[in-house]
Amino acid sequence: MIANGSWGFAATDVMDNDSIARAAEQAVAIAKENSRLLIEPVRLAPQKGYGEVSWKAPIEKNAFEVPIKEKVDLLLGVNDAAMKSGANYITSLLFLVNEQKYFASTDGSYIDQDIHRIWPAFFITKIDAASGKFETRNSLSAPMGMGYEYLNVRPQDKIQSVTTLYKGRYDMLEDAKAGGAQAGEKLKAKSVEAGKYDLVLDPSHLWLTIHESTGHPTELDRVLGYEANFAGTSFLTLDKWESKKFNYGSKLVNIVADKTQVGSLGAVGYDDEGVQCGQWDIIKDGILVNYQTIRDQAHILGLNASQGCCYADNWSSVQFQRMPNISLQPGKEKKSVDDLIKGVEKGIYIIGDGSFSIDQQRYNFQFGGQLFYEIKNGKIAGMLRDVAYQANSQEFWNSCVGIADASDYRLGGAFGDGKGQPPQSNAVSHGSSTARFNGVNVINTARNLG
Amino acid sequence: MVILTKDEAQALMKKVLSYSKADECEVNLNGNDRGNIRYARNSVSTSGKVSQRQLVVASAFGKKLGIATINEFDDASLEKVVRRSEELAQLAPENPEYVPFLGPQTYAEPITFVKATADVSPKLRSDFVAQSLQVAKDAKAVAAGFLEDGSGFAAMMNSKGLFAYNTSANVNFSITVRTEDGKGSGYATRGYNDVTKLDTKKATQIATEKAVKSATAKAIEPGKYTVILEPAAVAVLLENIFFDMDARQAEEGRSSMSLPNGKTRMGEKMVDERVNIYSDPLNPELPTSTWSGDGRPQEKVSWIEKGVIKNLSYSRYWAQKKGVKAVPGPDGAIMEGGTKSLEELIKGTKKGVLVTRLWYIRTVDPQTLLLTGLTRDGTFFIENGEIKYPIKNFRFNESPLIMLNNLEELGKVERTVSVESNTNYLLPPLKIRDFTFSSLSDAV
Repeated sequence: MIANGSWGFAATDVMDNDSIARAAEQAVAIAKENSRLLIEPVRLAPQKGYGEVSWKAPIEKNAFEVPIKEKVDLLLGVNDAAMKSGANYITSLLFLVNEQKYFASTDGSYIDQDIHRIWPAFFITKIDAASGKFETRNSLSAPMGMGYEYLNVRPQDKIQSVTTLYKGRYDMLEDAKAGGAQAGEKLKAKSVEAGKYDLVLDPSHLWLTIHESTGHPTELDRVLGYEANFAGTSFLTLDKWESKKFNYGSKLVNIVADKTQVGSLGAVGYDDEGVQCGQWDIIKDGILVNYQTIRDQAHILGLNASQGCCYADNWSSVQFQRMPNISLQPGKEKKSVDDLIKGVEKGIYIIGDGSFSIDQQRYNFQFGGQLFYEIKNGKIAGMLRDVAYQANSQEFWNSCVGIADASDYRLGGAFGDGKGQPPQSNAVSHGSSTARFNGVNVINTARNLG
Repeated sequence: MVILTKDEAQALMKKVLSYSKADECEVNLNGNDRGNIRYARNSVSTSGKVSQRQLVVASAFGKKLGIATINEFDDASLEKVVRRSEELAQLAPENPEYVPFLGPQTYAEPITFVKATADVSPKLRSDFVAQSLQVAKDAKAVAAGFLEDGSGFAAMMNSKGLFAYNTSANVNFSITVRTEDGKGSGYATRGYNDVTKLDTKKATQIATEKAVKSATAKAIEPGKYTVILEPAAVAVLLENIFFDMDARQAEEGRSSMSLPNGKTRMGEKMVDERVNIYSDPLNPELPTSTWSGDGRPQEKVSWIEKGVIKNLSYSRYWAQKKGVKAVPGPDGAIMEGGTKSLEELIKGTKKGVLVTRLWYIRTVDPQTLLLTGLTRDGTFFIENGEIKYPIKNFRFNESPLIMLNNLEELGKVERTVSVESNTNYLLPPLKIRDFTFSSLSDAV
């Protein structure tokens, strides 16, 4: 709540009238106490009340209605498949969420939402006992805003590449079998020679690069300095947006924010300030055109309404600006992954997400992956290991020279998008087709402990 | 009240156990009151108070285990959560690694609770922030900070007669000050059990001085440098070693503590002989709980002594299988240091880099514990014993295990907070040679 122009927040899990009233009193007391530290009062963009409304994720099969035995059998089958194909160890899990959220505001909104999310995942380790070396291979699934139907895979949901990839559905057993064998292949793979490479990045990998280097720097709270003490600020300062000519990426790069995308983690009907959600451009033909905003930031961009990016991860967490789904739009010309690889003389094709790190203003990043394949003269030439690439966000996105068409478009995402103090976790998806980036700096990550 | 006394907790848990029909039942109960205040752009932003309690019930039939959680405490809810855990246990497959619950244990009296911290009010939080903001405003700089205090209790009881109870309180504070033009940034962090030790003014003065001095940084070539890591930077590197000291992972060949053919680094001199790391729940500067989450007593344990790996942590199952003592992992770690202050370490450095803070630490290779991350909020070049000029931030790729073999000097120990895990440690600043910076960052 807002009192004396200042935010105050309190939460309790005791649901009797006295406790609820005490929490409200605490929130008001905190707001009033802190108002002496304000430079200017909170200015909220106007928001009409929607009355009593509801939103429900369009799922086909509620994961919570699937018998536990069926889930246990699936996971034990996954473990068995990986072990039979060469894994030494595997941990598998089904992370299932049904969030039932009720929101009420003095604007006159009473919003009931029923949100479903699913993440089937495994983590495989393969060990060469004699040398003591080990390698890992994680699942290539995406966490999704879907029900249990995500695990009901159909022939049209598979993409045949150097390994089977999945589009909108996921075959956990098949991926575990492949993963067990690939963990062993990784142990025998050639260690990469450091240098410049053209990278062809699968959506199962590229989602994380989008998340870190596009999603976070376009959060308006970071741009303004509200995250300076923890998550950091942003290189995408307001003057770059105001210039209308800041080349964030090449002309091929179009990035869209979307809180309504079906099957995505971030899809809801309304945000946690009672704003109906929508879709808008962030990067248009390579130019920075917009940010992610909430009600008390809208006036800074000259907007008279919020973009609906407010989120609290729990009833006991204060709502604040969080990332919507942020996705790279597919290439407009017909282009396959093979077409992208064909044109590469010296490159690496990367599948799956791995290690990730980026600075507090989102310039310098480093990413690993799950599977790395050397590309020589337009052809896949075998597996590599010890690969990570480093780049500057703007240089990287300007080196984007090809994006596969919409037939290759897939979602990736994360449950653990962290920001805020106390830290909160956001669930967000990032879609893309496979894309090519030229001349990226690749390092070799092998070391020896002696 | 959210925080139950020992008697109240005991009575409630006895009632929960009375509903049990399982072969074994174990109850964990905790509650806490947490308050926070956050500020940025020299103004308060969000602030709140959260009170919550949680009850976790584990029921076992033979080797079948089910766990259910609830935050309602009327009799019907208490019975419901017990029944739910029993239903889940009946549905679960047998766990071949199931170990029966512990019987009664003896614990040392914890020293983690400080009343003054439990009594922090919205006004005191606001006063702390006002003092911090004044420092930044006086220097025409911009402050962003966070103060979080909390107090709570944790208790456990099981059908075999085990009972444990602990109360605790703590406060963490962090402050980033940036110059108005955004060209300089400085940081400081503090963590205490006793809020009366917190001085937000002094911490903000340090952050402000670093911000002012770090403006107009020069770029120097990435490569191998002698570095002086302040305790906050040491914490985010060394805690990755602490997280990797699980015996099972090591013996199964899948951690940095592994050697070929199922052998481990236990007993091996792995790092410089001046490295001594231990945990002690009764250390007055860093008290922690005297029992672990599964009821095992937490005792003083040496993890690395004179550079030798002295202990690995064991789950109860793995310890039973191996016939060894089940040493639980620590809640906080302490590294012995030297007598020199940070200033004295700088004074004795011919050429080097002073690192205030490291950020976004991630494992690149679990085999070697190779980590990557970046310097942040105050990075300076040292020459002939003096800070000569601020330098642009670096990305590093370095293993803390390799780094501890390149130890030059240890400074005086102080309590610090990991920005990655929010855990408190007692650590010295470290002077390290050949620390690997792999690229430059434009970030300030």
